[in-house]
Amino acid sequence: MHGPGAPPAVDVTGLHVVRGGRLVVDDVSFAVQAGQVTGLLGPSGCGKTTIMRSIVGVQIVAGGTVEVLGERAGSPGLRSRVAYMTQAPSVYGDLTVRGNLRYFARILGAPPADVDRVIGEVGLGRHAGSLVARLSGGERSRVSLGTALLGTPEVLVLDEPTVGVDPVLRRDLWAHFRRLAEKGASLLVSSHVMDEAARCDRLLLVREGRLLADDTPGNLLARTGSANVEDAFLALIEPGGAPAGAAP
Amino acid sequence: MTAARTLATARRVLLQLRHDPRTLAMLLVVPVALMGLLAWILPGRVFDLWGPPLLGIFPLLVMFLVTSVATLRERTSGTLERLLSMPAGRGDLIFGYAVAFGLLALVQAVVVSSLAFGAFGMDVAGSAWLVGVVAVVDALLGTALGLFVSAFARTEFQAVQFMPLVLVPQLLLCGLIVAVDDLPTVLRWLARALPLTYAVDATREVIHSATTTAAFRADVALLAAYALALLALGAGTLRRRTA
Repeated sequence: MHGPGAPPAVDVTGLHVVRGGRLVVDDVSFAVQAGQVTGLLGPSGCGKTTIMRSIVGVQIVAGGTVEVLGERAGSPGLRSRVAYMTQAPSVYGDLTVRGNLRYFARILGAPPADVDRVIGEVGLGRHAGSLVARLSGGERSRVSLGTALLGTPEVLVLDEPTVGVDPVLRRDLWAHFRRLAEKGASLLVSSHVMDEAARCDRLLLVREGRLLADDTPGNLLARTGSANVEDAFLALIEPGGAPAGAAP
Repeated sequence: MTAARTLATARRVLLQLRHDPRTLAMLLVVPVALMGLLAWILPGRVFDLWGPPLLGIFPLLVMFLVTSVATLRERTSGTLERLLSMPAGRGDLIFGYAVAFGLLALVQAVVVSSLAFGAFGMDVAGSAWLVGVVAVVDALLGTALGLFVSAFARTEFQAVQFMPLVLVPQLLLCGLIVAVDDLPTVLRWLARALPLTYAVDATREVIHSATTTAAFRADVALLAAYALALLALGAGTLRRRTA
């Protein structure tokens, strides 16, 4: 759909981030291609969230460049074109589901009809009038995901969007991510659930702040001779494993 | 910063409070109860001297606490980061809060003043509604101070402790206990730099003078300027990029 000459939606080069005196992202470079779902995988604490925050432009970085849609990450012009779902549900507990989405839609300048569309997409129709504080953790994170789906973002940065979601809705959400990508949006989705990896066009494997691999799921399995991404991950970490970040 | 986003924020803050009826009730009942207590313990003529300045100070204390905790929650829950990654301006947020709490302060001032002047028999030489004006500006000042100091608190425990740190010295120096002119030189300078001094001075003008005096107008203008400056400083403490 997009030729090899198309510029990437997100271009990260030599990213370094220091938090609390510790190097948490160490020389990471990768690109997220337009119209693709890119998975960012790795154990908890490996630097996934920090990489995502750098792309959204809310992270102070120590070095490297992050370009999104041809602009510097966090530029004012990007703020309605890039949607971000944080890992902890950043929504108001003392508002209803609809109240939260209405407010964020107004801030984004998204059409009011988006509120009901999004409530349907994240499967919260039954809870639209409920206070968010009374919802379960998984439901709350769906409100947060819904907020990222408001308007027509061109880049979606979703930090663990399917945590606590039942298998049926998980499948539906991934189908929805796929539809968004087919319409031309670019998605960067983090997960520590390796079985979600197969649904991505491309995978970024991160461990201890370094990029272990940047490849398609198929190539990754073939290259490591593994049956699943979990094994591929282990093969890459174990000494004598396949070389990291083979040239594309 | 746009009017639409600022008003959307004000509306959202008020909706949040509507879902917390106990807080809303306390915002109105606590200052009234305190005024009632004051009227009860003080003889009529003394109440006329202490009542009007305190009528402005109680809402200031309440608004300070409510705002500093509300803003801190916005920071710790991640909603602030989300809003700042969206097209929301920092001013939209700060002035949205100010509009919402300003409206509440207006309701609070109307309720407390009408009960103080009606049921509790408070009496001033000037017109009663001027005391209400000072109360609203005081409450706005409390909101602005609360917004500002919340930037320096990491936890709720720290946020509430800013009240004794920021407000109690002002209460001691504002001329309520010792007239500002009778303070030692250094403290007098300090008192004149702190906004609460002008709040107390403004109500004194209403207590003693039947017409609005130039001093009253200057006090109120200065208080409003303090509140606006603190709101602008508060907006400056919101950072889009954090470590």
